[in-house]
Amino acid sequence: MAAGIRFDPYVVPALDGVAYGLLVFVAAAGLVLCFGVAGILNLAHGTLYAIGGYTAAALLDGGWPSLALALAVGVVAATASGALVAGLLTRVAARNHLTQALLTFGVALAGGSLLVSAFGPDDPPVRVPAALDGSVVVAGHRYAAYRLVFIVVAALLAALIHLVVRRTRAGMLVRAAVDDAEMVAVLGVSPARIRVGVLAAAGALAGAAGVLGAPIIGPGPDTADAVLLLSLVVVVLGGLGSMVGTLLAALAVGQIQTLGVALAPSAAPFLLFAAMAVVLAVRARGLATVRRAT
Amino acid sequence: MRRGAVRALRRGVAALVVVALVLAPWTVDDYTVALLARTLALGLVAVSVALLTGVAGLPTLGQTAPYAAGAYASAVVGSHLSDVGLVHLAVAAAAGAALAAVTVPLVVSARGVVLLMITLAVGELAVTVVGRWRSVTGGTDGLAGVAASRPLWGLPVLATDRARYVYTLVVVAALVGVVLLVLRTRVGLLLRAGRDDEARLRASGHRVPAHVAGVHVAAGAVAGAAGSLLVVAQQFVSPADFGFDTSALLLLGVVIGGTASVGGALVGAALVVAARDWLFGVLPGQAPLVLGLAFVAAVYLLPDGGRRPRVRGRLLPAVPARRPAPESPTPTGVRA
Amino acid sequence: MTPLLSAEGITVRYGSLAALDGVDLRIMPGQRHALIGPNGAGKTTLLDVLGGSTRAGRGRVLLAGRDVTRLGPAARARRGVGRIHQRPAVWSTLTVRQNVLVAALPRAVRPGRWHPSARRRAAARTADALLARVGLTEIAAIPAGHLAHGQRRQVEIAMGLAGRPRLLLLDEPAAGLSAVEVGWLMEFLRTLPRAVAVLLVEHRLDLVYALCDTVTVLRDGRTLATGTPAEIRASGPVREAYAEGVA
Repeated sequence: MAAGIRFDPYVVPALDGVAYGLLVFVAAAGLVLCFGVAGILNLAHGTLYAIGGYTAAALLDGGWPSLALALAVGVVAATASGALVAGLLTRVAARNHLTQALLTFGVALAGGSLLVSAFGPDDPPVRVPAALDGSVVVAGHRYAAYRLVFIVVAALLAALIHLVVRRTRAGMLVRAAVDDAEMVAVLGVSPARIRVGVLAAAGALAGAAGVLGAPIIGPGPDTADAVLLLSLVVVVLGGLGSMVGTLLAALAVGQIQTLGVALAPSAAPFLLFAAMAVVLAVRARGLATVRRAT
Repeated sequence: MRRGAVRALRRGVAALVVVALVLAPWTVDDYTVALLARTLALGLVAVSVALLTGVAGLPTLGQTAPYAAGAYASAVVGSHLSDVGLVHLAVAAAAGAALAAVTVPLVVSARGVVLLMITLAVGELAVTVVGRWRSVTGGTDGLAGVAASRPLWGLPVLATDRARYVYTLVVVAALVGVVLLVLRTRVGLLLRAGRDDEARLRASGHRVPAHVAGVHVAAGAVAGAAGSLLVVAQQFVSPADFGFDTSALLLLGVVIGGTASVGGALVGAALVVAARDWLFGVLPGQAPLVLGLAFVAAVYLLPDGGRRPRVRGRLLPAVPARRPAPESPTPTGVRA
Repeated sequence: MTPLLSAEGITVRYGSLAALDGVDLRIMPGQRHALIGPNGAGKTTLLDVLGGSTRAGRGRVLLAGRDVTRLGPAARARRGVGRIHQRPAVWSTLTVRQNVLVAALPRAVRPGRWHPSARRRAAARTADALLARVGLTEIAAIPAGHLAHGQRRQVEIAMGLAGRPRLLLLDEPAAGLSAVEVGWLMEFLRTLPRAVAVLLVEHRLDLVYALCDTVTVLRDGRTLATGTPAEIRASGPVREAYAEGVA
C-alpha cells in the first residue's frame, strides 16, 4: 500500500470483513463436520442456510422476542432438514460419494424451489431488532450496531464450536472420526447414527448462521449457491477438516470480499479465485515435495 | 453368456442412437434441431466427465470450467480473428487444456470427496470470474451475436440450424472416436489400473501423478472443444450455460450412462438434458422441484451398488497434510 | 561386495509407539533372506520402508550403494524393487494378461531404445513369457477380479517379476493358500533365477528353512539375530522369543 493512503477509510470495510468472515465460518463449520466426519459432500448445505435466512425474514418484526423465536424456528427447521438429508442418504450411503453428491444436489434443487415458491422469487427484507437498528461510533466511524453485536455473538459461537469439538465426548468422537473413520466403527458407534448426528448438527449451525446472518447475507434465490460456494472455498482453504484453519480462511475470505473490494474494486472478482489458487498451489507444492518420490 | 447378451444389447442401442442422431435434423423442427445440437455439445462435456470420473476414477464436478474457457475462447476468436470452425475447435481445446493444466497442482494429489469439493470450487469460481469479467465475456449478459463460422477454409458458413447440427454431430463423433481409440491403447489400461488400485500402480513403478495430470488435461481439452460446439450450436454464451446445475446434470448423466462408459455418458447426458429441457417447457414454475426429486429418485433407482465403488482412494478422505506428522507413516509417504 | 540393499538404523514411530527401532538389514545380490518374528514385530512395516510406501522417521536405505531413502515406491520399483503384498493386489477390472502387461511397462525397454510401440511390444513379450512360466496362460483373458485367492497370488507374483526386479519383497505369500498351492509357490521360488534376490516375510518356519540361506529375527521393532537357518534354529533365546510371540 502506498504511504499516502490513509488507514481510516478502511476501518469500516475491515470490520465488515470480520463480520462476514465469522458468518461464513459458522456456515462452513457445518460443512467441515459433514465432510470431515462423515465423508459427505453435502451440496444442500447452502439450502440449510437459506432456510434460516427465510425464517428470519418472515419472523423478525424489530423486537427481541421475534429474534429468539426466529432463531429457535430457524435452527429447528434447518436441523430437521439436515436430519432429513441424512435419512435420505442412509439407504445409499453404502455406495460411493458420486451418488451422495447427486442426492444432496437433488435435495438442494428441490428445497430451493420450495423456498422460492413459499417466499417468492424476490429477496425479502430483513428487520433487525429496533435496539440494534442504529449505528454506533467505533474509532471515530459510524458503524451498524447489529453488525458489531453480530461479531461478538459469532465469535462466541466460534468459541463454543471450538470447546465442543475439543472438550466433549461427541467432539472427541468427531475428531477421532476425522483422523480415522475405521477407529470409530471399532468403538461401536454406527456410521448411520454418526451421519444423522453430524448432518443435523451441521444443519443447526447453518440454520443459526442463516438467522443471525440474514441482515448480512440475506435470503434469496441465489443465497444457497453463494453460501455453498463460500463455505466450500473456506473449507478447502482451511485445510479440509481443520476448524482452526477454516476459521482463519473464513476471516481471510471476509477481508477479501470487503476490504479487497474497497481497495481494488476492479480486481475484486478475481481476488477470491486468486487466493484459493495461491493457497491450494502452495499446499499442493507442499504435498508434491512430500510425494515427489512416488 | 450374459456378458455377450449385454454387449449385443449395447451395440444395438448404440447403432440405434447413431441412426436417430443422423436422421434427426430431417424429422424434427429447427428449434428442436438447435436444442439437439446444444445437447450434443453437453454430451461431449459428459464424455470428458466420464473420462475422469468413470475411466480414471477421479470424480469431478468442475468440467464446466474448461467447457466455459473453450466456449469463450472460441467466441472471442470467432468475432476477432477467424471464422473457421477448425481453428475455433483447436483454440477452444487449447484453452480448456490450458485451464485444466493450471488446475493440475490443485487436483493431482486429491481423491474422492476432496476432489469433488476442489473441482466444484474451481468450476464455480471460474463461472464467477466469467460473470464479472465484462470486457471479454460480456458479464452475466453473455456474448450474443457470435458470427456464424465455416467448418474449414473454403467451405460455406453454417447458416442453418441443420447445418450447425450436422457440423456438431460430425465433430462430436470424431472426438468420441478419438477418445475411444486412445482408451483402447495402454493409456486406457493405465487409467483403469489406477482406478482399481493406485498403490499397486505405484508399486509397479508407474508415475501416477503424471497419469492424473495427463487425463485431467486431456479431459480439459475435450470439454474445451465442446465449448466451441456450444457457441456454434446456440450462437450465444452466458455464464448460465456453465452453472452448478450443469455440472450436477452432467454427473447424473454420466452415472446413469454407466460411469465408465464413454458412449453411455453421451447418451445418459443427452437423456438428462433433454428431460430437463422438456420439464422447463411443460412446467416452468415447478421444474426445479421436479428435477430435484428426479435426482433423488434416480439415485434410488440406479442399479444397486452391491459392487465396490469404482473410485480411487478410500470412501472417506485421507488428506496427508491434515494429519499430525508423527502419527502418519501412511502409505502415501508423508515425512515423519 | 556392495550389498544389493542395505537399511541402516531404520526407525518408524506411530505416535509414542516405535514400530521399528533402529533396524539394520543387508541383502546381498541373489540372496534368499527371510524375515521372521512374532506378530507386531514390525516385519510388514520394514517391507513398507524398503519398498518406499512408508517413510522412515530415521535411518536410510541404500540400493546397490545409492541412497534411495527419499524415493517413493514408484521410483524404487523403477530401480528394481518388486513387491508382493500380503493381500494380493491386482487390478480387478483388467484381465490377467493386462495386469502383467501393465506391471511390465515401466521397465520394459532399456534406456536409449525408445520407440512408441517398442515398449508395449517388449512388455507384451515379457507378460506372455511370465504367464507361461507361472501357468496362467489359459486364464489370461479373464478379469483378475473374478479369480480365486490362490490365482490372484499367482498373478501378483507374475506382476512382481514383470518389473524385472533385482530384489523381490514377499509378504507372507503362502498365507491363505492350499497345500497344493504352497507346494507350487515353493517350487517356483526355489527355481527363481539368482539374478533376483528375495526378502521373504513368512510365518511358516518350514518354508523359511527350506528356502532361505539367511534369516533375520525381528522382535518389538528390533533385530534379535541374523544368521543361517541352522544358527537361528540352534539359538535358544531366539526360539523362545519367537515361540512366545506365536503363542
